[in-house]
Amino acid sequence: MADIELLPHNVPSQTELPELVEELTTLNLGPTHPATHGIFQNILKMDGEKIVSGEQTIGYIHRAFEKIAERRPFYQITTLTDRMNYCSSPINNLGWHMTVEKLLGVEVPKRAQYIRVIMMELARITDHIICNSILGVDTGAFTGFLYVMQKREEVYEIYEEVCGARLTTNMGRLGGMERDLSNTAIRKIHEFIKSFPAVLRELEKLLNRNRIFMDRTINVGPISAERALSYGFTGPNLRAAGIDYDVRVMNPYSSYQDFEFDVPIGQSGDTFDRYMVRNEEMWQSLKIVEQAINNLPEGPYYADAPEYYLPPKDEVYRNMEALIYHFKIVMGEIDAPAGEVYHAVEGGNGELGFYLISDGGRAPYRLHFRRPSFIYYQAYPEMCKGSTLSDAILTMSSLNVIAGELDA
Amino acid sequence: MLTNQEVAEALLEKFGDQVFDFEEPYGLLTLSTTREEILSILGFLRDHKTYQVIFMTDLCGIHYPDNQGKEFQVVYHLHSFIHNFRLRIKVSLAESDLHIPTATGLFACANWMERETYDFYGILFDGHPNLVRILNIEEMDYFPMRKEYPMEDATREDKTDALFGR
Repeated sequence: MADIELLPHNVPSQTELPELVEELTTLNLGPTHPATHGIFQNILKMDGEKIVSGEQTIGYIHRAFEKIAERRPFYQITTLTDRMNYCSSPINNLGWHMTVEKLLGVEVPKRAQYIRVIMMELARITDHIICNSILGVDTGAFTGFLYVMQKREEVYEIYEEVCGARLTTNMGRLGGMERDLSNTAIRKIHEFIKSFPAVLRELEKLLNRNRIFMDRTINVGPISAERALSYGFTGPNLRAAGIDYDVRVMNPYSSYQDFEFDVPIGQSGDTFDRYMVRNEEMWQSLKIVEQAINNLPEGPYYADAPEYYLPPKDEVYRNMEALIYHFKIVMGEIDAPAGEVYHAVEGGNGELGFYLISDGGRAPYRLHFRRPSFIYYQAYPEMCKGSTLSDAILTMSSLNVIAGELDA
Repeated sequence: MLTNQEVAEALLEKFGDQVFDFEEPYGLLTLSTTREEILSILGFLRDHKTYQVIFMTDLCGIHYPDNQGKEFQVVYHLHSFIHNFRLRIKVSLAESDLHIPTATGLFACANWMERETYDFYGILFDGHPNLVRILNIEEMDYFPMRKEYPMEDATREDKTDALFGR
């Protein structure tokens, strides 16, 4: 055997130990990481397990909706809106219709307004059960997620019954709904009202007073009311910080003033409060759905606005005016009056606003979406500064950042 | 309950002819100002003892290529929760000089909204901590929401919809 000379050059002597240099680790969270629940990147600077600073890169699924909207007739923009917050697409759709109706000055009949309220509140429930149950998954409780997923499936069946689609719903029309609530839909809504509380209570039992869940979420990612306001928080995230701002109460639209419901608020704006606010909001939404379906007014489900609302098909075959309007609406040849309007609805994540400028043409001159996720997500580095990575994941999860809404 | 009239008068008294073009489209108080005054107006409304317009709802840009000398507009939507009062402030900018001071010092949420406006329109927010593109790639060398960029390829003939008035 050849001699192998072992050189001790890698072993520094005791006297000349190199000075320890503190270095921050750069950690890439995303763009495609299962814990981000969407496509966006966080470049975190870590000091051991603690996050020192973070920088976000977004825009991975930017689809230029605002630009596309400038070429599309008003009714075709609905399909763009439901691709924003795809966890609660009906709210986006109906919010958009309400914006255009405000521009056109169309008065929607009570029945359509109530149907819209039912659909929007069901959408809010699906939005919140996703957020809350995924928060459970991120803390290690997978089971609850599967329980409530089944209920989301039932809501999607209701969507299917009402508008024919499940995820990207394209629900409602300018001036009302596309069809009346069918008997099946009414039956399914009643079934949902009856069966959902048991499931939600099960999720509550699993998480609300769970020692592990509380330890993981209390005081994690808190934000003060003042900072939350400055950062433009709205919706459950703002309410968790203690500000009782709810568009449904402050600027009621679609007959929300007819219903009785509470606006739950939190105190410390941490992950647990956000969870609890969403949890309570689901009960309130259920209450609204129940009131709306039980007091559903009789009458037409669309406004008397023949220029904007597609006429019934049999009319089109028999009636000259109906045929003309049908053709004009389908070809997108309906001119809207010139004007500028801002309309906000309470989306799943907060104030979903539509700023529409019309120059009197067939398409908007400018359309801007106020997307709540986009605005509050910029607070994320501040919220997770100094926390551990595992807590930062929970903070993000409880903020309910939806990539589609973030990027538009 | 705050009325549009009341706020408009207070602004006129404080800023004189620096605020102009008062309108009320669909009941929302809309006014214009200059870029020199925009921060003082935002600050005045935010720190006002009774108005407390502490919430910036939205910030976006608009392009009017035909308005000579006022090709671009920056629009601020503000909201006072305590009075449930909203207002809209517009600032017009000339294409040759697209500078406007940043509102990030007053509202933290202005940060990304200004980046978005820069990204789409090329409006430069002076003093912004990190004015880089946000939704588009950084290598992009144009501002896509400007009206001179059509949605579809203008050279394609099979897609003309002249018949239907596009």
